[in-house]
Amino acid sequence: MANIIKEIANFYIDGFRNMTVGKSLWILILIKLFLIFVVLKFFFFPNFLNDNFDTDEQRAQHVRNELINNK
Amino acid sequence: MNDLTTLVDWSRAQFALTAMYHWLFVPLTLGLSVIVAIMESIYFKNRDPRWLATTKFWMTIFGINFAMGVATGIILEFEFGTNWSNYSWFVGDIFGAPLAIEGLLAFFMESTFIAVMFFGWKKVSPRFHLAATWLTAIGASLSALWILVANSWMQYPVGMEFNPDDMRNVMDDFWALVLSPVAINKFFHSVLSGWTLAGVFVIGVSAWLLLKKRNVEMAVRSIKVAGWVGLIGILATLATGDGSAKVVSDVQPMKLAAMEGLYKGSCGQSIVGVGILNPDKQIGDNQEPYIFEISIPNGLSILAEGDPDAFVPGVEDLLAGIELTPDGDTIMGVSYAQRIERGKAAHDALRRFDVAKSQGDESAMLLARADLNKDFKYFGYGYFDSPQEAVPDIPLTFYSFHIMVILGGYFLLFYIVVLLLIYKKRNIVEGNKLLHCIAMISIPLVWICSEAGWVVAEVGRQPWVIEGLMPARAAISNIPASSVMVTFTLFAIIFTGLLIAEISIMTKYISRKSKENID
Repeated sequence: MANIIKEIANFYIDGFRNMTVGKSLWILILIKLFLIFVVLKFFFFPNFLNDNFDTDEQRAQHVRNELINNK
Repeated sequence: MNDLTTLVDWSRAQFALTAMYHWLFVPLTLGLSVIVAIMESIYFKNRDPRWLATTKFWMTIFGINFAMGVATGIILEFEFGTNWSNYSWFVGDIFGAPLAIEGLLAFFMESTFIAVMFFGWKKVSPRFHLAATWLTAIGASLSALWILVANSWMQYPVGMEFNPDDMRNVMDDFWALVLSPVAINKFFHSVLSGWTLAGVFVIGVSAWLLLKKRNVEMAVRSIKVAGWVGLIGILATLATGDGSAKVVSDVQPMKLAAMEGLYKGSCGQSIVGVGILNPDKQIGDNQEPYIFEISIPNGLSILAEGDPDAFVPGVEDLLAGIELTPDGDTIMGVSYAQRIERGKAAHDALRRFDVAKSQGDESAMLLARADLNKDFKYFGYGYFDSPQEAVPDIPLTFYSFHIMVILGGYFLLFYIVVLLLIYKKRNIVEGNKLLHCIAMISIPLVWICSEAGWVVAEVGRQPWVIEGLMPARAAISNIPASSVMVTFTLFAIIFTGLLIAEISIMTKYISRKSKENID
């Protein structure tokens, strides 16, 4: 099992090492992933219902209120 | 403009921006993966190193596009949780299940085999490598399948039951969801349009190589493969487009009426080939809908119903309640004014359910639930004050549809001409600069065509987020419009920067590599 994991890891490491097109591309991808998963997700896109309510029952009640009273 | 309208408009604009940016990459991934797999299959069969070099050239371009496009779709899911929380809760596992399957099966399949495809040339057997390349292409299409199934459910909600207790729709028939006629047509139409797009892209880049007189043999080889893939793609896209029109006629007739700018329908209805809408035309007035039009007699009746004499309802007919039965007979159904009344009755039943629930009155809950079920089909109409609010933006839908169709026709002609010339008059393809320029100009045109298709699909179904059940105004979260404006601006800046970077990396690679003897 350990050998298989090592082989898979080496497969990826060698692959990235021997890439001919890629340095700037990979820098760009890493910047993009950082922006998406760290900056956007944590600072700009909180999950509205998860952050404001503790239980599913409260969330359902909020959505029910929204749909029948606030729109 | 009131706060709700501002919030809805900004949320929609942000979602549209993200989705359209994501769709810049997806069709090229879908189509180019197939072209690369075919090229590698030819190499596998004849072991000609020139085919290997051709495969690797396009595979690298595929890799650049894939790398830049990956994860851009995930932002849409963030937006569901933040901007569209009512919708996210209301759809429950119906939307979650296809997306989860997409994540677990298709995406991991795609990303596993893509690594073998790029890193495995000297590490796995040629047969295994070829299998990995094909599985990457298949994985990309499977990935698209589940997203499109979820989207199709929003256009044609089936296979579920609404539970007012937890305010969620519960899936009760998975196969009704997956095999709905909307999902089937949308899947094939979208995926095969990717073949069309990638074919034009490969031919356009190859035309640039021919213009520069670099790697001419590789360019000709590429044009042949891309020409056939593209021709099959455009023929299948046109066929599934025809299927889509019939399905839209059945399940979203208002969208079809908007696509054609059709206010009053008739038997043997003509279809507008080219036209300009009258900007002053309003629903219910007597003004002509077009300033100028060239129409094909009976065209829309054939497109929508497969019968040249069939009745096709216009916007005003639909608002009045005129419907077509599955047999094509015209009947007076439920008018939009009546739908609004029944929608409001459904809201009232949900209110009574809410009160009964808070009082723990089980029998009143059951009664309210029965009343809700009776009118739930029209639940979303209860948010409107007038029937006109249920009509989509007609000019945007009309022009997007006609741009898509006209460009679709152009691409059919494009592929036929390219294939005839490359096999019969190769010297013209190699030496004619005008042809090279046409092929290169076709690259942005095919993206415009592809994006226009999505504008038709998504603007044409407005104001619904879920057809008949939930309009956009009910789907959004109770958040300040200013926060959506900020993220919209942020996205516009990030996306523009990333797009410039991607095009720059791709063009630099093509330019640098083309100076080498690729063969």
